[in-house]
Amino acid sequence: MGGYTVGELGAIFVMQGFSGLSLFCVYLLMALGLAIIFGQMGVINMAHGEFLTMGAYATVFTSKLAVDHFPALVGVYFPFAIVLGFLIAFGMGYLLEVLLIRHLYKRPLDTLLATWGVSLVLQQVFRSAFGAREVSATLPAWLLGSVKPTESIDIPLNGLFMMGLTLVLSLLVFIFLFRSRWGLKVRATTQNRVMSGGVGINTHKVDRLTFAVGCGIAGVAGAVFTTIASTGPTTGSLYIVDTFLVVVFGGAASLIGTVASAFSIAQAQSVMEFFLTSSMAKVLTLLAVITVIMARPEGLFSIRVRK
Amino acid sequence: MKTGIETRDGCSGKWIRGIFPAAAVVVMAAAGYGADAKYPTAKVMTTGLAVTDNEVTVGILHSLTGTMAISETGSVEAEKLAIAQINESGGVLGRKIKYIVEDGASDWPTFAEKARKLLVQDKVAAVMGCWTSASRKAVLPVFEKENGMLYYPTFYEGLEQSKNVIYTGQEATQQILAGLDWVAKEKKAKTFYLVGSDYIWPRTSMKIARKHIENVLHGTVVAEEFAPLGHTQFGSLINKIKLKKPDVVFAAVVGGSNVSWFKQLKAAGITADKQTLLTISVTEDEVLGIGGENLVGFYSSMKYFESLDNPNNKAFVPAFKKMWGPTSVIGDVTQAAYLGPWLWKLTVEKAGSFDVDKVAAASPGIELKTAPEGYVKLHENHHLWSKLRIGQWKADGQASLVYESGLIEPNPFPKGYQ
Repeated sequence: MGGYTVGELGAIFVMQGFSGLSLFCVYLLMALGLAIIFGQMGVINMAHGEFLTMGAYATVFTSKLAVDHFPALVGVYFPFAIVLGFLIAFGMGYLLEVLLIRHLYKRPLDTLLATWGVSLVLQQVFRSAFGAREVSATLPAWLLGSVKPTESIDIPLNGLFMMGLTLVLSLLVFIFLFRSRWGLKVRATTQNRVMSGGVGINTHKVDRLTFAVGCGIAGVAGAVFTTIASTGPTTGSLYIVDTFLVVVFGGAASLIGTVASAFSIAQAQSVMEFFLTSSMAKVLTLLAVITVIMARPEGLFSIRVRK
Repeated sequence: MKTGIETRDGCSGKWIRGIFPAAAVVVMAAAGYGADAKYPTAKVMTTGLAVTDNEVTVGILHSLTGTMAISETGSVEAEKLAIAQINESGGVLGRKIKYIVEDGASDWPTFAEKARKLLVQDKVAAVMGCWTSASRKAVLPVFEKENGMLYYPTFYEGLEQSKNVIYTGQEATQQILAGLDWVAKEKKAKTFYLVGSDYIWPRTSMKIARKHIENVLHGTVVAEEFAPLGHTQFGSLINKIKLKKPDVVFAAVVGGSNVSWFKQLKAAGITADKQTLLTISVTEDEVLGIGGENLVGFYSSMKYFESLDNPNNKAFVPAFKKMWGPTSVIGDVTQAAYLGPWLWKLTVEKAGSFDVDKVAAASPGIELKTAPEGYVKLHENHHLWSKLRIGQWKADGQASLVYESGLIEPNPFPKGYQ
């Protein structure tokens, strides 16, 4: 076995499985918000990554506040930071919808250009406001390091935390979309805007809320990503391509599709990275996705509608 | 951001325009500026550069916006500090340095365009600028065609030399070879795992590192791997490192990826007590983003650390913090950028002229004794002789010096390493 003991290979297998799952969580956290916005509303939001950055900065500032003024709270500030990240991204998303997006619903290609512009503007705003340098949050001790079930296996604590949160957030999104009045209105509006208006649904209000919630989820993702990645003005742009990839591959209108797509892309990427190099893994993943999209332009899962 | 010192642009009324330069001349004359009888303008400048009896204009060309602003901000700050200090001490050949700041905006064609603007339109006597190799490669033809002078601060991959460029950072061999020698001797390292971001600087650096490890140190490179720029997930790569158990991980990961890399190493239980890691891409600037707690015990191979204990540095660090705030940090490149204006001043004074040809010719052999990194000297190949230092990171974001080499000769075209 190449000079390795069975125990060593077993440990690597477990850790490799875990890193695949962490990658799945990263993709899913990012894609959930976009799946709602892009999938449900058909808005191509290129500024999605910047809402993630807002969540990340919110976390960094909460941590600074805790460290400087409330040292006793350093261990527990993180959940508050996540909530704050959500609220800020939600608020800004709401504002963006009111000021810009709602004027562009009938021009989807223009939203692409407009939101890309918004993304550039926001990046420079972050840079001017918070400085061009990367910053880091002081993480509570329970998010640092790893658990060791055996001598040779390390499971990252921040990865476990991220998984838990992804699970909770996904459940909440599902409940909201498929088990609540609001979700019903969203789905109705997505399927037939005129008819929904006809039966008394305030479609503009639904749009605003849906868009804002999608952005808020990106904020949550940003808050969590401070534990595994960088916080800087352009942090969000590191994720945006992968995120669109996941949503499009999964089938824009289907949340189940997003989950399945995040899982398959993450596992493929993670396994190939182990046996090949990171760059090669990326190339092969993209090739596979392109092949599937060519065969099934609507993505892995799609809702059957009469056209 | 157009100009640093607005003598005309900042004022609106016509009468102010008339009075202000006159007042400025009076103020400067009082401060001791004005062409020395020994150095009349006609004598020190024969090529149409922006030199007057009282002033000489230089350019600062870095990314103030875009992804590279993160790295280049420190360089701009250091260059402004150096210029301010030179002006306080009497300027260059009795002339006050005025600077024009241009934004390369992290975009290489923009760098070339702004370089042309500085040289052709503003006629600057020298330019302090660029950070990435890509931006340097973009402006190089402009500097050579328009015959400008560029002071370039970043440690880089070497394989370049130009009459029109002074390289104040280390070329690859100065940073890598002595660092690898140290780790091989000190840590008895035989097996190396090379990790870098996937672009020219890490690739060239790792190529040099591999040759040195295999041919000189007689060690083994167990793997050489490059992650795409902007890569954020290192789980699989870290597992491979765990499986191969190298004596040393030698890393050159940059940008946002760098932060993910170190955070995830720590989370996966790879810490300094179990794994020796030597990096050539972490300075005090990067530590701000990575967080000292994720780096504790790992080593950086650089020529300068903020914590260096020498009289020059003890004067430099407080001056920098006074100008740019107590929480600012000074990384390797920031220090190298600080050297640019000083080296230029010394060279101009040695040449007795601002003319680019004379400055280029006078550059070899220039010695700067007040550099924060210690004594440096310009080589004939326009690179600096410099020392290599190994710093070990502490949780507070500062490094403690564990090794210092002698002065290393710059060798941008190393034989047997290409």
